[in-house]
Amino acid sequence: MVEASTDGLTAEQILSEAGAPVIVFDQVQLAFDEQVVLKNISFTLLGGHTKIILGASGSGKSTILKIVTGLLHADAGVVWVNGERVDRLNEHEMMAVRADLGMIFQEGALFDSLTVRENVGYKLYEESDMPIEDAHRRVEEVLGFIGLGEYIDRMPSELSGGQRRRVAIARAMAFKPRILLYDEATTGLDPITATTVDEEIVKLRDLERVSSLVVTHQLRDAFYIATHMAVRGGDGKVKVVPATREKERQAEFIMLRDGLICFEGDADALRQSTDPYLRTFLS
Amino acid sequence: MLPFIGSRLKQAALEVQEYVRLDLATFYALFTRPRYTHDIVEQFDVIGVGSLTVVLLTGLFTGAALTSQSGVTLDQFGARPVVGRLVSASMIKELGPVLTALMLTGRIGSGIAAELGSMVVTDQIFALRALGTDPIRKLVVPRVLAGILMAPVLTVISDFVGIFGGWIVARFQLQVASGVYWSSVTQGLYMQDVWMGLIKPFVLGFAIVTIACHVGLRTSGGTQGVGRATTVAVVAGSVAVIAADFFVTQVILAVLY
Ligand SMILES: Nc1ncnc2c1ncn2[C@@H]1O[C@H](COP(=O)(O)OP(=O)(O)OP(=O)(O)O)[C@@H](O)[C@H]1O
Ligand SMILES: [Mg+2]
Repeated sequence: MVEASTDGLTAEQILSEAGAPVIVFDQVQLAFDEQVVLKNISFTLLGGHTKIILGASGSGKSTILKIVTGLLHADAGVVWVNGERVDRLNEHEMMAVRADLGMIFQEGALFDSLTVRENVGYKLYEESDMPIEDAHRRVEEVLGFIGLGEYIDRMPSELSGGQRRRVAIARAMAFKPRILLYDEATTGLDPITATTVDEEIVKLRDLERVSSLVVTHQLRDAFYIATHMAVRGGDGKVKVVPATREKERQAEFIMLRDGLICFEGDADALRQSTDPYLRTFLS
Repeated sequence: MLPFIGSRLKQAALEVQEYVRLDLATFYALFTRPRYTHDIVEQFDVIGVGSLTVVLLTGLFTGAALTSQSGVTLDQFGARPVVGRLVSASMIKELGPVLTALMLTGRIGSGIAAELGSMVVTDQIFALRALGTDPIRKLVVPRVLAGILMAPVLTVISDFVGIFGGWIVARFQLQVASGVYWSSVTQGLYMQDVWMGLIKPFVLGFAIVTIACHVGLRTSGGTQGVGRATTVAVVAGSVAVIAADFFVTQVILAVLY
């Protein structure tokens, strides 16, 4: 948390410090008509850390991510993102917060009238002053990361489900947001591609200091992200290696059940938990 | 029974409120930045150029049928030579604007509702907002601009081909000399009629596009919902066209004539 020696610092400086909270949920509630989806959700994501949200289908994981981006509004409770009370912001004010938020939607949500290039570069081409050549270069670079360079001129309808998912990831990271929200980014991918995506999540977190909120059903990927870290070796090459104990503690799991958080802790705590519901979920 | 009616009324009021809200937001966005010029140009092409064929065909056949019918009626008064007057007045003041608007509702209204509706159910509207784009500026404004500016243009085209279709029938079926037809076409026309014929499509175009955008953006319930939204956009749009036509006629009659 923020140290006592914060005197004289602006809110911006405090927030840009490592370990400052970037997303805070305080007693958030949300209901769709009569159906209460979130009863009382509180958690904090620190800068450069990872929160992995687990929970059964329909437990409200995607809903939490949509509240973070201001696409849905909580009925009650306080939501801070990057130092802004997003529960109080209107749509126009929210745009400034979203400049630092990248979201990967569960179904990809690619614009199906645009090519892969236009999708990935959407924000750079439409919503920034970046010169067009720089935007092209960035799009090609990001598609290279994700291994889809040769698909740049295709339409989304001409891609496989997994390729669409990867384009969605590329679109969210293209404008270098400092917070990334992944909604089932690896679901439906083969294990090798899934690991590539996991490594990308780890690299963005450890090398670019991106804070991540990861929603997933795939425990394999959840544990991979929680127990690995990216380091730059002496030769400048980036390697993904098993995390140190300290690094592991920076990735926390949250388990949702009946609109409440029924477990919160790191990978070790989750493995050692004896709660019967957690055990069935993990097995 | 009463609670049922009450809840339906409440729902209708809510719907109208949301529609007015969309209209206000669209007005605001029309006159402020940012603008998505590329999308505006694209919609002019889709809505304007894309509707040309239907509008040409409906205009031509309406004018022709109208002339045939009028010929029979006018013969009772021995007034066949003034058929052009009737055709031009009816086409320009009433049939051109209304029929063009109805064709646009079928073609454009349904298309807009289906496109925006499927963007809603596949989270693309959420994605736009998450990427910092206001869907009203990006999607609604270009369509509304294209709608209100292309509807009058298409209507004028429809008027012309209608009168031309009338000429074919007058000349070859009713045996009215071309010179007689064309001079009666222009004789029957007053400046007010031209205004009437231009103001109407402007209003109708706005109604068609905004209703379709409203219905599309409020789609819920997956692909089934998209189908429902498309139907609602066409039905509500058509009724609105006919009703708005009546009211605009009253206003213009009161103000200009
Ligand atoms: N627009 C909506 N209208 C009504 N109910 C909704 C809406 N969106 C979500 N819900 C309900 O809210 C609950 C939580 O939905 P959410 O999408 O957050 O689940 P999830 O945890 O992401 O599930 P999954 O793992 O299947 O993606 C579900 O029970 C769903 O029925
Ligand atoms: Mg979900």
